[in-house]
This record gives sequence, C-alpha cells and structure tokens, in this order.
Amino acid sequence: MSDELIRLSAAALGAKLAAGEVSSVEATRAHLDRIAAVDGAVHAFLHVEGERAIETAAEIDRQRAAGAPLGPLAGVPIAIKDVLVTKGMPSTSGSRILEGWIPPYDATPVTKVREAGMIPLGKTNMDEFAMGSSTEHSAYGPTHNPWDLDRIPGGSGGGSAASVAAFEAPLALGSDTGGSIRQPAHVTGTVGVKPTYGAVSRYGSIALASSLDQIGPVTRNVLDAALLHDVIAGHDPLDSTSIPEAWPSMAEAVRRADVSGLRIGVIKELDSDGFQAGVRQRFHESLELLEKNGAEIVEISAPHFEYAIAAYYLILPAEASSNLAKFDSVRFGLRVTPEGGGTVEQVMSATREAGFGPEVKRRIILGTYALSAGYYDAYYGSAQKVRTLVQRDFDAAFANVDVLASPTAPTTAFKFGEKLADPVSMYLNDIATIPANLAGVPGISLPSGLAPEDGLPVGIQFLAPAREDARLYNVGAALEQLLEAQWGGPLLAQAPDLSTHELTATEEGAL
Amino acid sequence: MSEITAEQVAHLANLARIALTDEEIEHLTTELGQIMHAVEQVSEVATPDVPPTSHPIPMQNVFRDDVVGTTVLTADEALAGAPESDDSRFKVSAILGEEQ
Repeated sequence: MSDELIRLSAAALGAKLAAGEVSSVEATRAHLDRIAAVDGAVHAFLHVEGERAIETAAEIDRQRAAGAPLGPLAGVPIAIKDVLVTKGMPSTSGSRILEGWIPPYDATPVTKVREAGMIPLGKTNMDEFAMGSSTEHSAYGPTHNPWDLDRIPGGSGGGSAASVAAFEAPLALGSDTGGSIRQPAHVTGTVGVKPTYGAVSRYGSIALASSLDQIGPVTRNVLDAALLHDVIAGHDPLDSTSIPEAWPSMAEAVRRADVSGLRIGVIKELDSDGFQAGVRQRFHESLELLEKNGAEIVEISAPHFEYAIAAYYLILPAEASSNLAKFDSVRFGLRVTPEGGGTVEQVMSATREAGFGPEVKRRIILGTYALSAGYYDAYYGSAQKVRTLVQRDFDAAFANVDVLASPTAPTTAFKFGEKLADPVSMYLNDIATIPANLAGVPGISLPSGLAPEDGLPVGIQFLAPAREDARLYNVGAALEQLLEAQWGGPLLAQAPDLSTHELTATEEGAL
Repeated sequence: MSEITAEQVAHLANLARIALTDEEIEHLTTELGQIMHAVEQVSEVATPDVPPTSHPIPMQNVFRDDVVGTTVLTADEALAGAPESDDSRFKVSAILGEEQ
C-alpha cells in the first residue's frame, strides 16, 4: 500500500484523496517513510517536517470530512526548494550563512501551495544560493542522482528533482535562473517548467539574479506540472515584477493536448556536435514522433545564442553581488567576530568569508568587477546588449513557429567532481537553458528517453513566447503520451530500486 | 581587455566585504582571468546601435497607496533571526575603528 501510494502521480493521488480512498495522513506518512528509507543515500532534503507534516495532513483530512471545497491537489505532499522562505521551517538557500535561520514569513508560492491544501514535507537541497549545475556547491553536501548515486542530480535544484525521481515526494517547487529547474529534470528523468518571467511571484524567494529568477513546478509528469503551475501562478502585489493579467488553465492545455498543425522550430545552434550523441539521438526521435502525429518541424537559426552564456555570466554575478549584500551579519544568519573584536565592517567581512562557499565568493567578486567603474560599459553594458540580441532572435523565431525545441542540456548526468575544478566547463551545462532566462520566455523539460551509451535519462526542452506557457503544456503532454505508449509506461519505472540503499544510508550518515 | 591582478582581486574583495585569505585571492585571480576571457566575447556583437535590455518583460513602475499592509512583521518577528538585538533594535559592533 505504502509503495503504491508513493508511485502515484500527484493528480492520481489527489483523485484518490477526493474519493476518500486514502487519507492525506496516510499519503504523507508513506512519503515520510520513503524519505526515511532512501534519503540517507539520495540526500534530497535539508529539512524534513516529520510529525508537523502529519498534523497539517490531519487538518486537511478534517476539512475534507467537514465537506470543505478543496482543490485537485489538496492533501498531496510537496517538497519545497530551500531557496523559498518558509515560516517556521529552516531556510538556508544551501548556505552556511543562513544555517539555523527560521524565517518569520512564507514566500508567496509557499502560501499558495498551503492555501491549495498541499502538505509541505520539507526543504530540498540546492547549490548554495542556486549557483551551480550539480548541487556540489551546497554547503551541506551534494544530492545524489537516483538513477546512479555516483552522479550529479543537476542543479541548482538537484534536491527537488531527485526528491520526485526517488518517489520521496510527488511534486516539488523549484527555481530557475539559468536552467535550475530544467537541467535537473533532464538528468533525473523528470519534468520541470520555468514559467514566463513574472508568472509566479518571487516574493520570499531568496534572490540570486532578480531579472532572471523564476519559480516553477518540478514533477514526474506534465499534468502534475500543469496542476502545480495553476496553483502558484498569478499576480502578487508583493512582487512588482509580477504580471497582472490572468492566466489560462495549464491543466486544461494538457487535457486538450494536440500537436496537429503545430509548428516546432529546431534551434540549429543547439543541435550541434557539442551535444552527446545519445542526447541528440533521443531528441531527434522525439521530433520524428511529433512529426508523425501532425506537427511540422522547421529548422531555425538563433545566431546570438552562442553569446548567451557569456552575457549570463556577467549579468548574473552582477545582480547576485548586489542581492547578496544583504547577508551582512546584522539582520539574520551567521555572525563571525574577528579575534579581539572589530568594526561592523570587519565583522561583516569575517562573516561573509566564513559563511560563503567558493562558488559564491567567485561570483560576488566577478559581479563586483563587472560593475566597477571603468569596466561597466565593456562588461555589464555589453551583456545587456546581448540580451536584446537574444530577445530579437526569439522574436524572429516565434514569428515563424509556435514553439522552439532543443535538447535540455549537452550531456547526461556527469560524475561528482568531474567539472568542479573548471568553472567554465561547469557553466557550459546551461548553454541550452540560459537563453530563455535572458528573454523571460517560458520553457519545459520532459524525459525523451535514456541515452543508449550510458542508460541515463535525457530531456527535451520546448520554449514558447512570453505568456504562452500553455503551449509548452500542450506539446509536452502530447509528446509524453506518445513516448509512454512506446515505453509501456513512465520512464521513471525503469529507474533503479533504491530500497536496497537503506543500510548504506545509515552507515554513511549525513553524506 | 586588461589582465586581472591579485591586487585588483584584493580590492574587489574589500569592496564586497569578504575577508579572503591570500590563498583564495591567488586562486580567484587565476579563475577570474579565465572566466573573464570566456565572457568578454560579448563585446564582439554589442555594437553601439544595439539598445541594452535590463528586464525581460517590459514593465511600468508600480504604485500603491501609502498605507500599512497586512503582511507587516512585528518588531519581535523582525528581530527573531538577528545574531544580536536588544529590545527593539538590531545590535552591531562599533561603526568606526580607532584609526577613523
């Protein structure tokens, strides 16, 4: 019973809860048991709510028994990326500088999932302040990919992706600044959506780069992502960059999925020799499948995408160096006083030296440099111009096609340590995902199969014009249905059984 | 563009208020050089005729009435996470050093 419950989709679990076939307490307990059994090996969570989650679930069960009107995901457990602040639950953003901090308020997406009756299970691991593509930059140790525990689960939201891939949670919240939802989805065989910039409130999301960050769903299938998207999207007066217009239902787009006549543009620059053979193979097979079912495949060129990474690694550090100035040892988090005391500035410098990890320091210094007098125009100013050029590439492409497609990332999951010593090679992971953040357009990654050469998951990415998120759910749901018919079920059914890892977990402790 | 020196990194660390060790400065000098070399290609296409974009979705400034909202923290809540506070204030060490 317990194993059956954790393998249900969020939509199916929600339906069973609504039908009274299972209680939220039972569903929540089943997931907490699963976390206890496998998270020692996976390390997707930085904090688990435990009995408090059971109490929340019991409250939803009481409301249901009393006949309260509840949404489709009421009573369904959810994991929350540690970048989102949660009232009464520790929120570290993967950093030592926030260790032990208990925020006094909820981020808006958290408020919305609570209002939808969902049960927060805990907080998921991430690269420190979302800076990374592997979770190796988490101050609390990496998360392990459930498909192969020696490999990275992607990043920065590796914890959220691994938690759903390992059946520790049916769905999760993530954040995507340059691919942090989509690239983990790609390497873990899960679904991740970065909504249009401004679709989901950033209030209470610990900011990395404010003009790029976006909160979105992390799930095992496209319908679940749509249901969660419908819960978290919408205007929020607490976020001035939040889009005021109302959104159509994404779940409805999934239910009506149909690609006949859909024009899909393949981005030539992201279909090159730089991508692993098996990644490209699965990508092209997915396109052929869509074509057979009525979609039209068109090659398009986005000549400025090759400059996107360079622009991103100037804009992101510039914004991050400013956003992270708030970690000053005064209002929250760590305070380290130098030996013999010191001025407030010396305390601040000692605190930031002790509290930030190497990648965070690297990017703060880089951002400070890019913004400094004499270099501003050459670096930050030029990067902002590239941003315009990338947007123009998107505008030109979307004048001819409905959605764009590419592999989500160049390779399948790599091994721990493989790219740690070379920041530039780590940054190249995000080559296919970054353009969407620079232009604010929405993107989805969903599984397209396993790479034949290593048996690891591969994702396909679709991108749509700003505010046309529903198109992603349409094409994503259609492709998912076609692929699962070929596979005879979800791709994750082929993932290794982690239940044998319980002993390893206990032996290795907090890996 | 110019090479990055250890003195520059030390200066940037001071501006960013991070008390980097000498070893970290040495490392970062090399790494920043490599990263800047990789990113300076932006100048190849950033010609004067291209306008800069700072924000992905065109937006206007947002105004609201100047009234206290419903989500305001109490002083106790605001101070709850502070490393040091007294009754109603955040507490810090000396603002000025002896040499100032």
